[in-house]
Amino acid sequence: MPPADSAASSRLPPQLLAKEDLQALLDALRRAGYRVVGPRLSQGAIVIDELTDIAELPRGWTDEQVAGQYRLQRRPDEAYFGYNVGPHSWKQFLFPPQATVAAAERTAEGWELRTVDDQQPPYAFLGARACDLAAIAVQDRTFIHAQYADPIYRRRRAEAFIVAVDCGQAASTCFCASMNTGPACRQGFDLLLTELAGAFLFEVGTPRGAALAAGLPLRPADEAALAEAAAVRQQAVAQVSKQLDTTDIRQVLLGSLEHPRWSQVAERCLSCTNCTMVCPTCFCSSVREVGDLSGEHVERQREWDSCFNVDFSYLSGGIVRNQIRARYRQWLTHKLASWIDQFDVSGCVGCGRCITWCPVGIDLTEEVAAIREEPA
Amino acid sequence: MAACPRLAVFKFASCDGCQLSLLSLEDELLTVADRLDIVYFLEATSRVEPGPYDIALVEGSITTPDDLARIEQVRRDAKYLVTIGACATAGGIQALRNWGDSAEFLRAVYATPSYIESLATSTPISAHVRVDFELRGCPIDKYQLLEVLQALLAGRRPRLPAHSVCLDCKRRGTVCVVVAQGVPCLGPVTHAGCGAICPSYDRGCYGCYGPCAQPNLASLTAQLGANGATPRETIVQLRSSFNGYAAEIRAESDRLELPPPGGAPHG
Repeated sequence: MPPADSAASSRLPPQLLAKEDLQALLDALRRAGYRVVGPRLSQGAIVIDELTDIAELPRGWTDEQVAGQYRLQRRPDEAYFGYNVGPHSWKQFLFPPQATVAAAERTAEGWELRTVDDQQPPYAFLGARACDLAAIAVQDRTFIHAQYADPIYRRRRAEAFIVAVDCGQAASTCFCASMNTGPACRQGFDLLLTELAGAFLFEVGTPRGAALAAGLPLRPADEAALAEAAAVRQQAVAQVSKQLDTTDIRQVLLGSLEHPRWSQVAERCLSCTNCTMVCPTCFCSSVREVGDLSGEHVERQREWDSCFNVDFSYLSGGIVRNQIRARYRQWLTHKLASWIDQFDVSGCVGCGRCITWCPVGIDLTEEVAAIREEPA
Repeated sequence: MAACPRLAVFKFASCDGCQLSLLSLEDELLTVADRLDIVYFLEATSRVEPGPYDIALVEGSITTPDDLARIEQVRRDAKYLVTIGACATAGGIQALRNWGDSAEFLRAVYATPSYIESLATSTPISAHVRVDFELRGCPIDKYQLLEVLQALLAGRRPRLPAHSVCLDCKRRGTVCVVVAQGVPCLGPVTHAGCGAICPSYDRGCYGCYGPCAQPNLASLTAQLGANGATPRETIVQLRSSFNGYAAEIRAESDRLELPPPGGAPHG
């Protein structure tokens, strides 16, 4: 099980952080030894990258998202966090896309094997949303609480300091409410910000968060600020329009393996892997041994991989899932159904990234609805 | 394989860029030369030894009657025949002639076309002889070439994944240019290997590495059409690359060329 929310019962009263004092939070994190990563504008999107100054935040920017399309837009105001989740997720920091996990050198006595230590300094995540926190909790079950723990993920996760931000809006692709993961952040953060017109409502989630907050210029939140924060959160609730009916979803999907819809979606699906790469819970990787020409040194390298790759299901004797139909079905039924058997939770947190970032705009909520509508 | 296997490099219709990749392996070249006896490589050395060869790297496509005879000799002489690059693997940019009238091209270009002896088509090596491994790219990636050589030396299969360019964009954190900028991109149907360079410069992939495993070209071309590309523009995008004659891409561009039943020809 993921770590319980240690602060849910002992949460300190909400305070206020002035907008201009956001830099003080960033500085405090950096002084504490964290490499701070958060939202930045890059390549026509709001991505997650290293931050040293709040001027790097996408202040005054938002995004319009529909299936297969993402566009940056100016906001009428100067909000720092007035956007929705983008192409990146925090997965790339906890479960890096490429990692060397072991190495070996040939010596006179034979091969000398060693584990390669992960040298990454601790991360601070600035701007994680409720669906992001839920996704991290889902990956905790895969990488920490499963039979085998992943040492890279486990260390980075234990060290990561999380500053969450409550959503004040939703994209057309968001369906966190259906997955019961948002839009409000409930647990899994060290600090929580809610952006108001003139300040941030500032809440502490853990003792570690409280320790960091101790050095910040905070003031008590008044009733008006609390009411404004509630209205901000309510605005996000009101804007979540997409829905995924999860009633009996495991049985519905696993009972529809021969549904004609799988063939229809396979005509559109490019099997390009984009949905699995942007998904904050997809965890597949492959491992290969990379030697050098001399034959004296070899590294074991791990890379993100995907169930949409033809070779991914290659076993002795052949490829198990040799058509796009089989691969899309595997992904969707794992994500929404057999994940529950495996990890006692859905693999989907309703962030909508797979919908936005599918080049041909396949929407998994539409696929599930179509399967529900006409049982096979 | 012999203690120091014999390597030969052959050129057919091509620009020489792929075999140059072997020389571009500056840091590794001496080790390569230690592990392999380079006995035929006209771009690098005037040393020329006859076959047999353990490994033959073949660059270029088949475009002349002389090529036809020569590739059969290379095959007879080589234990492993590896094609390097888009010309040898898919016919190259010169395969554009396959959709035209090559005799007319000759008349347009040469003062005395009768001096020119060439075939009507440009075709990949695999259309003529058995190929043991096809290394993709225009040009090939030198580290992929090194992986092929290492694999052959070690007696294992080269590990060169056939997945889409998209996976490499995501691994390096590049934002999808199709979704965020509406840029037409062949990445979802293109074989990885370049490291996803073009999208990292806000450009669409134009398919240097040819089709990935099981590409869904019909869906991608439908999407290009939905975003405003005419069938003609889509055909040009598919065909005008070095891999336009690769079987899957050729099939899709030929399909688009056919006017829709009962409809007007495309624009």
